[in-house]
Amino acid sequence: MSIRNFLKNNHVFAYVSALACLIVSMLTAISVGSVAVPVLDIVKIIGAHVFRLPIADQVDSMYVNIVSQIRLPRVLLAGLVGASLAIAGAAFQGLLRNPLADPYILGVSSGASVGAVATLFFNLSIPLLGLYTLPVLSIVAALLTILLVLFFARRVDRTMRVETIILTGIIFSSFLGSFISLIIALTGDELQQIMGWLLGSVSMRGWSYIGIIVPFFIVGSLLLLVSSRELNAMSFGEERAQHLGVDVAKRKLVILVAGSILTGAAVAVSGAIGFVGLVIPHLTRRLWGPDHVHLLPLSILTGAGFLMLTDLISRTIISPTVLPIGVITALIGAPVFALILMQQRKT
Amino acid sequence: MLDLEYVSGGYTEHPVINDVNFSVSPGEFFGILGPNGSGKTTLLKMISGIIPCTSGTIQLNKRDINEFSRKMLAKRMAVLPQLTAHAFAYTVRETVALGRYAHHQGFFQSWTSEDERVLQTVMEQTNITVFQHQTVQQLSGGEQQRVFLAQALAQQPDLLLLDEPTNHLDLAYQKNLLDLLKKEVSQEGLTVVSIFHDLNLASLYCDRLLLLHEGRERVIHTPDSVLTEDLIKEVYKTNVTRYPHPAVAKPQMHLLPEKVDGSARTVTIGPSMLNIKEAHITLTSPIPLRTLSSGVCGSGIGWHNTLVNRHVPDDYDCSDPEAEMQQYLETNGFDPAQTVGMMTAVQLADAAYSLWEKDGVSLFTVVTAGVGNATDSARSVGMTHSATPGTINIWLIINGHVTDEAYIQAIMTATEAKAQALREMDIKDKRTNTIATGTSTDSILVASTQQGGHSPYAGTATKLGHVIGQSVYSETKKAITRYQAR
Repeated sequence: MSIRNFLKNNHVFAYVSALACLIVSMLTAISVGSVAVPVLDIVKIIGAHVFRLPIADQVDSMYVNIVSQIRLPRVLLAGLVGASLAIAGAAFQGLLRNPLADPYILGVSSGASVGAVATLFFNLSIPLLGLYTLPVLSIVAALLTILLVLFFARRVDRTMRVETIILTGIIFSSFLGSFISLIIALTGDELQQIMGWLLGSVSMRGWSYIGIIVPFFIVGSLLLLVSSRELNAMSFGEERAQHLGVDVAKRKLVILVAGSILTGAAVAVSGAIGFVGLVIPHLTRRLWGPDHVHLLPLSILTGAGFLMLTDLISRTIISPTVLPIGVITALIGAPVFALILMQQRKT
Repeated sequence: MLDLEYVSGGYTEHPVINDVNFSVSPGEFFGILGPNGSGKTTLLKMISGIIPCTSGTIQLNKRDINEFSRKMLAKRMAVLPQLTAHAFAYTVRETVALGRYAHHQGFFQSWTSEDERVLQTVMEQTNITVFQHQTVQQLSGGEQQRVFLAQALAQQPDLLLLDEPTNHLDLAYQKNLLDLLKKEVSQEGLTVVSIFHDLNLASLYCDRLLLLHEGRERVIHTPDSVLTEDLIKEVYKTNVTRYPHPAVAKPQMHLLPEKVDGSARTVTIGPSMLNIKEAHITLTSPIPLRTLSSGVCGSGIGWHNTLVNRHVPDDYDCSDPEAEMQQYLETNGFDPAQTVGMMTAVQLADAAYSLWEKDGVSLFTVVTAGVGNATDSARSVGMTHSATPGTINIWLIINGHVTDEAYIQAIMTATEAKAQALREMDIKDKRTNTIATGTSTDSILVASTQQGGHSPYAGTATKLGHVIGQSVYSETKKAITRYQAR
């Protein structure tokens, strides 16, 4: 039996190794930086937070501050964004029966970006929301976009075949993209800020942003996880899924909405970070097989670990300059993807 | 089981299917036929609930299919689609296991021992257990189709719908798949409704056929009544000939290709094509002749362009004359697939032949005759080896178009003429001392060019029959006279 077959048939091993990678990535990402924090201290600090214990005296208070105020929220946010994009990507690829689909294919990220860029451009600040105006407006714009896409797709073709949905998504992406270009063209002082956001970043967001993404992450992931068997059926085609007993219309809506919630929330807190939602599910499927029952949770683990490491690279590679994380994911993701593609063509 | 009442529907405003009405009983193998665009696939999608009916009802076990939830329907009805490509590399086992989806309640129900039992059974039935850990893409088309059949069977349906299940499969896989289905039908009581592209496969496997024409049912009946030349010509707008299957009591339809060769030359088979040597007489035709013969090889009905009557020694004795004859033909440069071969012990130089052209009939008759074994068929007591063996071999080559009936009548007429010739020449069966009707090893061949004038019959009342009788009578007499002169 080949190694790949062994991997595909051994799910315990899959979960253990993916989880181990995630933990190692997380500890490394927290530990490495302008000030190196010993791993043992990190474990102690996190342990104290989790179990609500007083932090042991021997841990330097500077470490405590760096870990709990700066690095831990940053790494967790990177992880949540990576996880959201990866599971959404896996679900969209299965639903659209296209291993090249990504979470941005339906125009959701363009919608979220328009929301965020407009907030920055008009200097919007909604009372009570304050700093959260941007992520909240961004998620609202993302949800509006997916609703519009679905509404139009349904108007065009009542059965909402995936081809129709993809085409509608592309139309909306281009349309909303031109709005973003328009705002950039008109912009003056906020250009740096807008460009910074568009390129994607998880820095200096703090715990509050984690509070924003977590509820969407939980709801979206749960909706997708309970749809994993239907995703398996639907990846053989919608008619096939119906014949197997899947209520395709209902399930498709659930998956589209859940995927859009995840994507919208991720874009809202970190900007449009490309390639994670494309490469991670693809890689996970190559390693552990296409069964969505396992593919979805494994994508969460792998996606989280991957984005934590990418963020680490983005802030250390030419320290002290912090590169936009979206640039790094694209720089790593595109060649990796090209390699996968070439390999696939060969086999 | 399945009842359709006045069903209409389709994709667009104009219904593709109009007022279709039929019932399928449990354990039936029901075929749907029709040319492209006749609405076969639409009808199947309406039965499986993918396309709604605009009017009429479709009932499964006396309940409207719209009353079923998708899951409930999937437990009763499964669909085997046409083979398509798939994006992801699922293993065979994972793919088949998806067939159990409808039997699971909610997300948290786990894989039960019943699921596993069904999975193992259907994989055994479809003979794919050995592939279970391979991915579906690694398999050949026929194997993939078996995997999806296993998936459909894992749903444990009462009714299985198939859309051209043998599309893209090569010959052996087509047969294996349909045999498997037929077995499920007869042993497990499965009901099958299947679209067929191939009329002959449908004829072989289906109990009843529905012939669709422009979205309406043209006829629903047994293959014998549906597959008639007139109906197929009307619906498919093409000429076919119907012929019985050689081994199964089902009709088969044969296409008639349009004659492309514009300068179709008319060939007249005559003495110039005959070549008489000491070892064999051959007749080489520039076009294949439709032959009905009792030769050693190339016998029965067929198309052949070479006729060989070979001289064998008096003591020729071979346990497998057909193989020996084939070898003889090959060593002498004849293609056994294109040749009718006969044997005789008489001297071939004594052969009698002429081209008979009379009353618009053109017939070339060749006879070699020996009467050492002359036998009275009415009193015959079995074959004996005579010291002077002999056989009467008759070739009748008709330059014209002849029906199957005419072939049979030609043989009757020729045999009667031969018997008359023997009678007049007072040839006797030595054992019974009565007038012989032939020899114990006579052969006959009737061939025709299948060009020119049609001859539906060849009995003695017809011109063709008349010429056959006359020519066989006189050529046989000539040949026997030469034989006796030696």
